[in-house]
Amino acid sequence: MELEAAKMIGAGLAAIGVGAAATGVGNVFGSFLEGALRNPAAADAEQGRLFIGFAAAELLGLIAFTVAILILFVF
Amino acid sequence: MAEGGEIDPMHQFQVEPLVGAWDPAGGSIVFTNSSMWMLIALAAIWLFMWGGMKRELVPGRWQLAVEGLTGFINNMVSTSIGPKGKKYIPFVFTIFMFILFANMLGLVPIGIVGGHPFTVTSHFVITGTMAIMSFSIVLIVGFWKHKLKFFSLFIPHGTPAPMVPLIFLIELISFMVRPFSLALRLFIAMTAGHILLKVFGAFIVQGINAGAEYGLLVSLPSFLLIVFISALELLVCAIQAYVFALLTTLYINDAENLH
Repeated sequence: MELEAAKMIGAGLAAIGVGAAATGVGNVFGSFLEGALRNPAAADAEQGRLFIGFAAAELLGLIAFTVAILILFVF
Repeated sequence: MAEGGEIDPMHQFQVEPLVGAWDPAGGSIVFTNSSMWMLIALAAIWLFMWGGMKRELVPGRWQLAVEGLTGFINNMVSTSIGPKGKKYIPFVFTIFMFILFANMLGLVPIGIVGGHPFTVTSHFVITGTMAIMSFSIVLIVGFWKHKLKFFSLFIPHGTPAPMVPLIFLIELISFMVRPFSLALRLFIAMTAGHILLKVFGAFIVQGINAGAEYGLLVSLPSFLLIVFISALELLVCAIQAYVFALLTTLYINDAENLH
């Protein structure tokens, strides 16, 4: 296989991780809403933890994106 | 830019010298567009704060906006650190405001009049420096207050004795990765958003250039998409500034209260 083609395929494969992170972020907010609607009084106090979970899930997707960019532009 | 049919989304992140001799190997000091946009962010923050610090008894809209932001950070720091966190509020507020304004200024649409907005926070050097600042505050405060007892941060309460070395190692690694994750998150989020905007912007131009049917098929959906992505980017700007400030606060809380 040519190097250029292999690079493109590699970058595409790395981009799958972004989709997985999207599932994670959706899960974080979905679970939060599920809990928040059952007990709205306790929801506001947990907003900080919501964003920590969001940040952790998002970071992994961003790392996948970085790998794709590195493959495309650096190597 | 997208001329000649080639999309070049990375060009917008180029640091260009404005004043002074550019000599990367010699390490000479020049005034770049990055420095200029940092100064613009500083001026915008200064103007914003100055307009709202008149201490009127009945606050107007402007003062309400400033008080909303200061109260927001004040609330966040005091709920996560407690009364001892009061002395960290200026630092957290500074970091939050700088990131927020730098992010927002990168999205200012002055491109239509020929300007070229530069996102300061889309460079790892800038975000890395800010992450190192907050991480060194954690280290200094931790070792200053708790001396060598600070290392007990790496062993949670109730860890069984045989597990202690393993847990210590894992917690140490997760502690050392903190500044990288802090800097990387902001940097990648801004870079990714701007690449996305640039790519769709190029789609619009190329679609129109290719003819009416392509314009209808490609440019119109791209234009609708770019409107929504811009709104999303504004949200991401605020969320990333908030997350950076929040995580900084939580890390300082670790150093201040030690579990």
